[in-house]
Amino acid sequence: MNVTPYIFWFLSVLALFSALMMVTSRNPVYSVLWLIGTFFAISGHYILLNAQFLAVVNIIVYAGAIMVLFLFVIMLMNLNRETEPQKNRWLKFIGALAGGCLLLVLVAALKDAELKSQQAMVGGGSIGLIKVLGKELFTRYVVPFEISSLLFLSAMIGAAVIGKKETSQTLNS
Amino acid sequence: MMLLALDIWFILEKVALIATIIGLSFFIAMYTTYAERKVAAWLQDRRGPNRAGPFGLFQPLADGGKLFFKEEIIPLTSNRFLFILGPALAMITALLTSSVIPWGASYVDGSINIPLQVADVDMGVLIVFGIVSVGVYGIMIGGWSSNNKFSLLAAIRGASQMVSYELPMGLALIAVLLMTGSLKMSVIVSHQIEHGWHILYQPLGFIIFFVCALAECNRTPFDLPEAENELNFGYHQEYSSMKLGFYLFAEYINMFISSAVMATLYFGGYDIPFVNESAWGLSPLMFSLMSFAVLMAKVLFFLFVFIWIRWTIPRFRYDQLMNLGWKKLIPLSLVNMLLTAALTLWLNK
Repeated sequence: MNVTPYIFWFLSVLALFSALMMVTSRNPVYSVLWLIGTFFAISGHYILLNAQFLAVVNIIVYAGAIMVLFLFVIMLMNLNRETEPQKNRWLKFIGALAGGCLLLVLVAALKDAELKSQQAMVGGGSIGLIKVLGKELFTRYVVPFEISSLLFLSAMIGAAVIGKKETSQTLNS
Repeated sequence: MMLLALDIWFILEKVALIATIIGLSFFIAMYTTYAERKVAAWLQDRRGPNRAGPFGLFQPLADGGKLFFKEEIIPLTSNRFLFILGPALAMITALLTSSVIPWGASYVDGSINIPLQVADVDMGVLIVFGIVSVGVYGIMIGGWSSNNKFSLLAAIRGASQMVSYELPMGLALIAVLLMTGSLKMSVIVSHQIEHGWHILYQPLGFIIFFVCALAECNRTPFDLPEAENELNFGYHQEYSSMKLGFYLFAEYINMFISSAVMATLYFGGYDIPFVNESAWGLSPLMFSLMSFAVLMAKVLFFLFVFIWIRWTIPRFRYDQLMNLGWKKLIPLSLVNMLLTAALTLWLNK
């Protein structure tokens, strides 16, 4: 009896449960914390597939940096259950309809995918290790990799420009 | 004996190792509080704690007992669940990092090979980094859920400080990784045993890393999250009893673990300099214990430096802290990284 399926089911249940709780909790701070739980569960899945680099980077970037900023903003704005806007009933209905449509499209797209013949390699393989991944990124995929880094740079500069503009305006006025 | 395809002896070995390391962390953290007060007294020409036991050696036990028996108060307006989660998270993240540090040379006796490291994973250094970046949550959650303005301000200060100083820390680490070519902690140590300690090649990188470690541990001169004269007591203002104890204790465990990380990354880990100790013909047990003792000596030295700095240097102002982090340390560490990369490329050709 192998232990991997048990871990897989445990992590899947954890990921789905925290994702559901993230959507349904009323307090935005709780939502952020549940989302962090989801990220940890997904990192666990990566480790099961021996994609160690992806697992750790997922924690560092998403749980350690992006979610901290989210939490930051939410804590500063002091969003509470009382301040959450009450949505129109029709809006909720339309939202459910749109979500259902998306689900339909996803199911239709995945129906024909050859998922059954492609089994994931569990607990083995070296493609997720940093040496192999780095070589792939800097030889075969070097152009898309560099383009995406340029995109990040432009986003960073854009953020700095927007931030600077506002301070100079407030100083002038 | 196999259970669920896992070797039961392997699990027992790891559990014993983890329990030892956690016990050791608690013990060292306990006596670091004592050392802090004794060193402070020494630097300020006082006697320090000297009532409980010989030389006041039972003082940490008395402090712990006091914290245990204090009344536990959870403020009515606080967020009860998160209020309890905060100190627990601070403690967990402080202890987690110890799992990837090699605490000594492997115990090799015939076919038995017991590494004194819980997990020698491919991502060793990155895992340290990941846990450090998650360490913010203990402070943030505790500070926010207290529902106190001072606590919230301190939590936000602490979080922004830790996020800012993670960047130069990571960049300083990259220079080390460029030299070893591996992220495995065990490989980093064995590389240093062969080629000399990293502090010889990376003095600037080490200084940057050390400053960032001070900031990540919220130690003076970067202890702005608990600046008493500005924020009363900081992010743990509403905490009492053992929950406060957890926060205070987590700081000392963080100091201990970051000392161990610095010793491992820059000071050769469990290596004794200038000699080849593996040729001495010691018994395997003695050899492992000796290497462990050497690492501990280095760690104790770093702990002393942490305390020494706290009682020597005054606190930074908040804008000075941010200036130092973003405008001085990050460019410096970038230059350090580029220089190391260029030299590595040039020398390897």
